[in-house]
Amino acid sequence: MSLILTLSELDGDTLARSSRETLTFARSLADAHGWDLHAVAVGEIPDTAMADLRAQGVAVAHALLHDQLDGDAAPAAIAAAITELHDRLGAGALVGSGTDHAAEVMAHVAARTDLPLASNCTEVAPADGGWDLTRVRWGGVLLEDVHLEADVALLTAAPHQTAAADAVSPGAAELHSFKPELDESLHITRVVERASRGGGISLATAPVVISGGRGVGSAEGFGILEELAELLGGAVGCSRVATNNGWRSHNDQVGQTGTRVAPDLYVACGISGATQHWVGCMSAKKILAINTDPEAPMVTRAHYAVIGDLHELLPALVTEVKNRRGVG
Amino acid sequence: MTLNILVAVKRVPAPGAKIVLTEDAQRIDTKHLGFTVSPHEECAVEEAVQLVGKHGGSSTVITLGPPVAEEQLRTAISMGIDHGVLIETDEQEWDALATAAALTDAIQTLEADGDRFDLILFGNESADAGNYQVGIRVAHALDRPVVSGIKAIEPTDARATMKRAVADGFEVLDLPLPAVAAIKEGINLPRYPAMRGRLLAKKAQIRRLTPQRRDGGMRRVRLHHPPQQQAQTQMLGTGADAAPAVAALFEEVGLL
Repeated sequence: MSLILTLSELDGDTLARSSRETLTFARSLADAHGWDLHAVAVGEIPDTAMADLRAQGVAVAHALLHDQLDGDAAPAAIAAAITELHDRLGAGALVGSGTDHAAEVMAHVAARTDLPLASNCTEVAPADGGWDLTRVRWGGVLLEDVHLEADVALLTAAPHQTAAADAVSPGAAELHSFKPELDESLHITRVVERASRGGGISLATAPVVISGGRGVGSAEGFGILEELAELLGGAVGCSRVATNNGWRSHNDQVGQTGTRVAPDLYVACGISGATQHWVGCMSAKKILAINTDPEAPMVTRAHYAVIGDLHELLPALVTEVKNRRGVG
Repeated sequence: MTLNILVAVKRVPAPGAKIVLTEDAQRIDTKHLGFTVSPHEECAVEEAVQLVGKHGGSSTVITLGPPVAEEQLRTAISMGIDHGVLIETDEQEWDALATAAALTDAIQTLEADGDRFDLILFGNESADAGNYQVGIRVAHALDRPVVSGIKAIEPTDARATMKRAVADGFEVLDLPLPAVAAIKEGINLPRYPAMRGRLLAKKAQIRRLTPQRRDGGMRRVRLHHPPQQQAQTQMLGTGADAAPAVAALFEEVGLL
């Protein structure tokens, strides 16, 4: 019997949300083939993450242990280790998340093995000795049905497309350590410095994102968005226009070429909603558009809308939120 | 130290708010669309121009595409790139494996005829296919180090440090040259071509190469739109008067 090897990433002591989604995606393929679901992670796997892997139905969890993988490893080295493990196991499919890091690692695995890699898949099933799959194009406004012929299926799962769900019966999640024989030359690319933004809530994981576009009008105009985001425990995002005008850092940009977010609520202030922006926020559970133009694509596609000037609404909203906090 | 830099770009349609497909669902209907390159690639072109401006050297833009893709090469030249190379194909789309193999062949041809490229820059991913892999495949085929998501490049002697954003901050990588980098938007603000650049670009010689196509293992069945989930927008009011209704929404979502 063959198996599916899934690249798993940790978020502190637990399995990252993206990796749980990816395991759920990979499990449907494992079930269709009748294959075992394996997971691989870099470094020791903490108990809480092991519990997550069991819940996802993982039969075997591989911990990649090597001093070249401690801390300063570049994706190339991680990919070399995963390729080595794959050679040992003979996996029928290798699946990673469509996150920046995992996608980069998977591309290195694809280059090493010279196998095709289908990026950002939403569905996959065995068919005609290969696989039929659906993948995302144009950041998600289009889908492509593809037939893949290969000895091994290399896939990344599109972020926010599969809801993480526990397996009907938990897996054994037997823990195996794997020490790859990494080539010293891989160490020529390495991380020499890491810095945390320090405090604040990251855009990618914030429960609410208050985002501003052309309508905000200036860098200073974002002050009121910052205030509202802080009150609600959220993060501030922006559109490409705001970045190109130098009002915000590109790290705050939501969109196809920025960050894809999936908060409980996305508040788009003065953003018209071009495709480039829409694909970055369309996975939000709820979207509220605040815009002076009732015909703006952002307004017509949002769940909720307020027609009006954000510079009038947001100060009133901050006061309203503070009042409700005071009363509650 | 002077730098010899190659930038790879891809001609893609510039779709509006809605993408229209051809009747056979194999392509985007581009009858009424202009063409461009992805914002990441525009930034890669700008970065090459800036690096050569600062350190000296030479820059080349390369693309794999139909003859009309010359337009994207000339745009890059109008921004300050020195040379253009077209790996000429028919109208068909080439997948990531086929594209990477043809680019690798072309780079080896160019390097056999001239200088080695110290840096080869790609966009982090193309706007249309979003394969996230062509640059990495080319780097492996050429046996050069490669990193993705790059938002700053600082060359020093025979090395370069490259910076990228990660979830909770940034990390800096150190690579020996020659190297390959996949560039992310945000590294710079691409310039608007000046008149002189546009005149130069019109007259620039484009070198043409003919590629070999290898089968990549992926066959398109069809393109389609994802199901539309959103039916009707619920209006919460106008202007400042809508504040209580919006606050009520915050409560409903569990933020208050």
